[in-house]
Amino acid sequence: MTERVLAPFGRRRCEVVANRASGGYRIVSALDREGPEPRPGQFYMLATDRWGGPGGRPYLPRAFSVAEVERAGEGVRLDFLLEAVGPGTEALAALREGEALAITGPLGRPFSALGELAPTAAGAILVGGGIGIAPLALLRRELAARGVAQRVLLGFRDRRHAGGLELFACSPAGSPGGRAPRMSSEVRTASEDGHTGHQGYVTDLLAVLLEGDEAAGAAVYACGPPAMLEAVRGLCAAGEVPAELAMEAPMACGFGSCFGCAVPLRGGGYLRLCVDGPVVGADRIETALVAGSGH
Amino acid sequence: MDLGLDLCGLRLEHPILNGSGTFDAIAARRAFGDELDARLPFSLYVSKTITPEPRAGNPAPRLYETPAGMVNSIGLPNKGLAGFLDDDLPRLAALPVPLCVSVMAPSRDGFGVLVERVAGRVEVAALELNVSCPNVHSGLIVGERPAETLALLGSLRPLTDKPLIVKLTPNCADPAAVARAAEEGGADAVSLINTLRATALEPRTLAPWLGAGSGGLSGPAIRSLALDQVRRVAAEVSIPVVGMGGIESGADALAMLSVGASAVAVGTASFRDPLAAERVRSELAAALDLRGLSGLPVAGLVSTSS
Repeated sequence: MTERVLAPFGRRRCEVVANRASGGYRIVSALDREGPEPRPGQFYMLATDRWGGPGGRPYLPRAFSVAEVERAGEGVRLDFLLEAVGPGTEALAALREGEALAITGPLGRPFSALGELAPTAAGAILVGGGIGIAPLALLRRELAARGVAQRVLLGFRDRRHAGGLELFACSPAGSPGGRAPRMSSEVRTASEDGHTGHQGYVTDLLAVLLEGDEAAGAAVYACGPPAMLEAVRGLCAAGEVPAELAMEAPMACGFGSCFGCAVPLRGGGYLRLCVDGPVVGADRIETALVAGSGH
Repeated sequence: MDLGLDLCGLRLEHPILNGSGTFDAIAARRAFGDELDARLPFSLYVSKTITPEPRAGNPAPRLYETPAGMVNSIGLPNKGLAGFLDDDLPRLAALPVPLCVSVMAPSRDGFGVLVERVAGRVEVAALELNVSCPNVHSGLIVGERPAETLALLGSLRPLTDKPLIVKLTPNCADPAAVARAAEEGGADAVSLINTLRATALEPRTLAPWLGAGSGGLSGPAIRSLALDQVRRVAAEVSIPVVGMGGIESGADALAMLSVGASAVAVGTASFRDPLAAERVRSELAAALDLRGLSGLPVAGLVSTSS
């Protein structure tokens, strides 16, 4: 799972084949006729023809990890989960079927296979928060196809800032081999307003799991807002549980050229999240509280 | 169409370069594989700026999107001279085009060591002297002062016969005066513009957004200003001028060439599309063809009056 899939050089245009609401989020699907199938955790730089609209923004493309992939006859359908919070995501959310989505990717380092992250681990715990649940959907499917036992913990702020749960439905269409795998995972949710699942943080659920017997044989894969990732990092460090975090940082290019997405390394220096991440071993970084992310 | 040109003794296949620090070919190879070398869209590859000692770069955040552009305060992260020569140079030398290495030091002596050691390597075709980066407080922004620029060139020119290209800053009263000083000091070419000093604020707290406090503006937002500075510099020096600043299309490149640039660099546009420079080149060829021109140079052939 760790081998990154290389991107075709340059930006290409894909046709938007669906754009549907999912709770407070959107799922934008595009048909990529030229690119390869990405690995879970890899991302794409996205833009539309409406870039540079009123006010001259957005100007830079936006980075999104891929939430679901389906091999279609003439290419690969890529699903992106997004929430309209600024000029870039608003333009992406407004895409209509048949319009063009400009993409560069797949980019970055994907999640490691369970055996590489934790050679003795018996199962995986996936922890997602908000829009950051996206790459875990693809990861979950891949782990299930390999027969890895999983627990999936998904957290949201409130009803308006929640969605994408159908990406974790038991029988997603178009699974590898053309038949839906039986899911071995258990999805549990948390929300700060209590509209779904446990009222509180998703990391409350993780803390309980890590206190139990399962912690000894588990590894954690997480993606979400910086505060959530930092809490996950702290819990895993305390429990000596191997963990990988899919992180976010302001990023202009996505392929290592702008040096904008610098994340401080434990012991000094920086890594570039776009080429050295976005999936990073939790023990490599000083903190997951990356300045400027989420802007 | 043959877009070939001679740029201070270097035979280039076309006039489209990269701006220093806007395209990391080594990282791009990790993302795009062999296709990077097969389709590198630049005729001369300009490295990120190398400093004598390693630099980690500035604290985050380092980027801020603006209308039609961005502000950056990256802080020249690099492996330092020794790390560059050992690790990066062999990999950059494998690129299919000549290599220009950008160097910067906090002192004349430091610059001298960089120029001697870098120019001494057969893999290096040319050097760009970064005297204009607004992100690093070297205590001496040479490129803002003609006399300092002249003195720096005076100490570096005897060290190598390879082309020395002076990267000019737009953050001074009279870039053309600095360009004249660079020419007088023996520079083979000048390149401009670097980023414009800029600040961004966090909207709620109104505190500086960038980790380093301020940064430099790039992108189409600065294109008209860049075009004017290139025009004024090109009118006052006889050495070649490499024009850059917000270039995104063949029309933009043609404009730069028409006001006197010999070559054009693509920078921020590569962030949006790593192959933006390839499109700029093909659009430029089409634009020249449309005007009945068979190649370069175009300055003087295309009317820039009114």
